[in-house]
Amino acid sequence: MKIFFHLILTFIIVNGLSTSAYADEMSTVRSDRDFAETMNTLQNAITQRGYTVSKVQRVDVGLEAKGYKTDKYRVVFYGKANEIATLVKNYPQLIPFLPLSVAIFAEGNQTILTTIRPRSFETLFPDAALQTTFDLWDRDLINILDEVRSSH
Amino acid sequence: MIRRSHLPACSILRTNSIQFTSMSNMNILISFLTLASALFAAPLLAADGAALYAQNCIACHGDHGGGIGVPLASAQNLTPDDYIRKTIRNGRPGRVMPAFASLSDDEVNAIVKHVQSLHGGTPPQYAHTIIQGNLKHGKALFSRHCAACHGVNGEGGEGTGVTLSRPRNLPIMAPALHNPGFLASANDQFIKTLLMRGIEGTPMVSFLNAGLQGKDINDIVAYIRHFEKEPVSTSAIIAGEVSPTIVVDSPYDLQTTVANVKQAVGLNNFSFIREQTLDDGLVASGKNDVHQHIIYFCNFSLLSEALRTDPRVGLFLPCRITVVEQNGKVRMMAVNPKRLSRLFNNSALNSICDEMTKMYRTIMDDATL
Repeated sequence: MKIFFHLILTFIIVNGLSTSAYADEMSTVRSDRDFAETMNTLQNAITQRGYTVSKVQRVDVGLEAKGYKTDKYRVVFYGKANEIATLVKNYPQLIPFLPLSVAIFAEGNQTILTTIRPRSFETLFPDAALQTTFDLWDRDLINILDEVRSSH
Repeated sequence: MIRRSHLPACSILRTNSIQFTSMSNMNILISFLTLASALFAAPLLAADGAALYAQNCIACHGDHGGGIGVPLASAQNLTPDDYIRKTIRNGRPGRVMPAFASLSDDEVNAIVKHVQSLHGGTPPQYAHTIIQGNLKHGKALFSRHCAACHGVNGEGGEGTGVTLSRPRNLPIMAPALHNPGFLASANDQFIKTLLMRGIEGTPMVSFLNAGLQGKDINDIVAYIRHFEKEPVSTSAIIAGEVSPTIVVDSPYDLQTTVANVKQAVGLNNFSFIREQTLDDGLVASGKNDVHQHIIYFCNFSLLSEALRTDPRVGLFLPCRITVVEQNGKVRMMAVNPKRLSRLFNNSALNSICDEMTKMYRTIMDDATL
């Protein structure tokens, strides 16, 4: 009976995950919340999945300091230290794309997030050994974006 | 949910590596899962349209279809399912709208149904009849009535429609008509209907009200259709396959190469922003791997121009070159900007990305002199 319920639970979870379906290479999502709230939700969603936010690049601050007009614009870098160390050692061709990142910028009272889908790395770096990592990153990223998009 | 609900029950069983000693238990379970799949799939097909739209479309098109491009809801009473379906599948090459190849047919149909529900009513259907017309006259009318918004050659309005790059003097971005995705999605009768009726809430007025006759409209439709026989518009051209990274070997040691890159950055009109290890912020201070150094730099004028063209490119900005020492070799590595215009499906980025690729190579070459 325990196995039966376990399978039913698995079935429901597997069905639930598959609602995520994005364009193949990029993901862009919109949040109804303002920039500060969305940024907070994004960083929490990232860390809750075991990643560390390594840096927030304040693109808007740099632009404004040079006299250019811009709305809020940041790039959030994140990753897992051990994972990145292993990848850098074994797959140095990935280095320019690490750590992973999400661009987040304001549009009025709403906020837009955009990022490259880790799954798209499979075509950029067609190495079967990397596919599991890319798929895992992709699943986590989709869940992160879903959480940000659906938070109210 | 749709895709996985079609997963055979045996696959789920295999995934979980569970052995059943009783075939009757197995049969009961398979029956249950099959029934559950059917029960799950049917009601969710309708519900998923909204969820899939929220996941895939809402960022650009807005929650009621009023975002960039043609406001979806405004033209809805004129738009056939087939046009939306093909648009999702084909996208608009070079014009940001991606082709959603990974969506299942069920998912696409669910989105179509949801988009149509934004307006209500019964979606129209149009015969796939080819409309004949006078191309020369059609071209003259196109120049007079269409080119101001859709471009002289039907290349579409400028910008991506998001944030900084969106002209605020128009409620929409004028679509590119000379685009393989549009031409493959819209049949002649649909185009004619839009010309005759106009699109509510947009600058696209009824050409009949503007004084044109049915024959004139046929000539314009024929002219738009003839784009298929012309070379692909520059706005629909995206960069070809190129390497995703630029990698240059350095004859110097890591520290010297880092110093050379920083100097070369300044010589090429970029501002040095900062230097860090790749794992900076990921590991405790002092535990960093010093064999990978990232040098961030920026030309703020270029940055501003790039963000105005497509705000998504900030994902790869500011510019960065990573200097890596591995197995006694030192290399400089960067994302190849030329690959990005393809990734973003935005032809407006082609020239900027080409220029950036050349600049990266120049900086790397200067650093290895």
